[in-house]
Amino acid sequence: MRLNDCDPGFKHEVAAEPGGAGIRACFACAACSARCPVGANRPAYDPRRIIRLTLLGRREEVLASPLIWLCSSCYSCGEVCPQQVRFTEVLTAIKNIAAREGHAPPSAKITAELLAKQGRLLEVTDFENDKRSGLGLPPVQQRPEDFQAILGLKPSEGEAGEEPR
Amino acid sequence: MKALLFLGCTVPVRNLNYELSARKVCEVLGVELVDDQSLACCGYPLKGTDQAHALTIAARALAQARAHGLPLVALCSACAGTLAEAEHHLAHHPEAAKRVNAELAPLGLEYAPGVRVTHLVRYLLEDVGLEAIRAKMTRDLSEFTFAPHYGCHYLKPAEIIGGPDDPEAPTSMGELIEATGAKVDNYPRLKDCCGGGVLGADEDLAGSLAGAKLAELNAREVTAMVLVCPFCNVMYEGQQKAIAKRMETKFKVPVVYLTQVLGLGLGLTPDELGFKLNRAKPKALLAAFKS
Ligand code: SF4
Ligand code: SF4
Ligand code: SF4
Repeated sequence: MRLNDCDPGFKHEVAAEPGGAGIRACFACAACSARCPVGANRPAYDPRRIIRLTLLGRREEVLASPLIWLCSSCYSCGEVCPQQVRFTEVLTAIKNIAAREGHAPPSAKITAELLAKQGRLLEVTDFENDKRSGLGLPPVQQRPEDFQAILGLKPSEGEAGEEPR
Repeated sequence: MKALLFLGCTVPVRNLNYELSARKVCEVLGVELVDDQSLACCGYPLKGTDQAHALTIAARALAQARAHGLPLVALCSACAGTLAEAEHHLAHHPEAAKRVNAELAPLGLEYAPGVRVTHLVRYLLEDVGLEAIRAKMTRDLSEFTFAPHYGCHYLKPAEIIGGPDDPEAPTSMGELIEATGAKVDNYPRLKDCCGGGVLGADEDLAGSLAGAKLAELNAREVTAMVLVCPFCNVMYEGQQKAIAKRMETKFKVPVVYLTQVLGLGLGLTPDELGFKLNRAKPKALLAAFKS
């Protein structure tokens, strides 16, 4: 690893994202790593290591790593952190940067398209509403207009992709 | 008592037994749930890749709730958590609220702090109250033992959810289960995460997170595992067979919603509570209430 692979500005970039500022307070105690259920099953996934690499400026390595998408968002790390780093939020900041640079998994793009098309993640058709009314439940509607405006997306032509799980 | 119901995307499409039992239980307990067809997604699915837009979407729902002047009550723990986080963030970051309001203005909406966001279960506990709930019980479920699964977003981050549970030793679901006379099993893996958050990224990983808890509960032979979130349901009910197969074993862990357990205690029938739609059926429980 060459020194010029390092980007000393990366930590500031992460800290400037919403939820990212906590990274400055980390003193590397590894309480988060010890508590992380994902790390317990996948030793390669290690919250403290992701923080260290970020502080060291290993920008590309962090942003391109498939590991950053394995967080289950359980917030266990934050509950045990003595420094209020809020790692779940720090990782969200990192993932947001990664996504802007094209590293997001394909399902992420589909999510925004589905919201623009349906105004909700799961499609509601007559089939769903018939089932609902059979149970005495009120109908639900799709009103995607607000979501198109917020996301600046027009629904794509033809069918949207498969629904995410 | 009146609250605005936040159904979210998943419950009204995939978890009709949860919705049905929640509505029925509220009816019996004198809680009026108001529907607003224009409420939709909470923004959670976008957060990992685009939290700015996720926040605007959450703020849209908060602005709508504020117009109703009612507490916003969700059935999905991810919705409740996402909306509570957004309210907390926007109330403490005026510049974020300003940015969001610039995006909401063309929609004729305005966010302002002060919406109470909560999970239906917590609302029942805090607003209806255990005493009042106990007083309405007509059936005794004391021969049954339930294992609650609190899940993550129902409890954490504690600084935002703000209680009443201590995430290290949660009791709220247990108290409600006990209100029916039933016993509560606070099993060793009580606090394990369901893994649903990584199902899309890594099925094996998600399966091993959920599988450890399923294996434990399978051995403990509880009447059923009790949930308060549709995402946890994806793992424990929807994926139960696939996970068992991967672990080269078999599981028979019945899965129910807390509102279904409460409903039985309140005298509602299994049909009224949508038990027909449960796939991992609690056979012992249903046999006792065959109408
Ligand atoms: S627990 Fe907090 S301070 Fe300790 S390593 Fe993790 S993030 Fe850093
Ligand atoms: S939120 Fe993510 S990093 Fe933190 S403990 Fe849970 S899985 Fe691990
Ligand atoms: S958190 Fe999930 S279930 Fe709830 S509204 Fe958002 S997408 Fe739908």
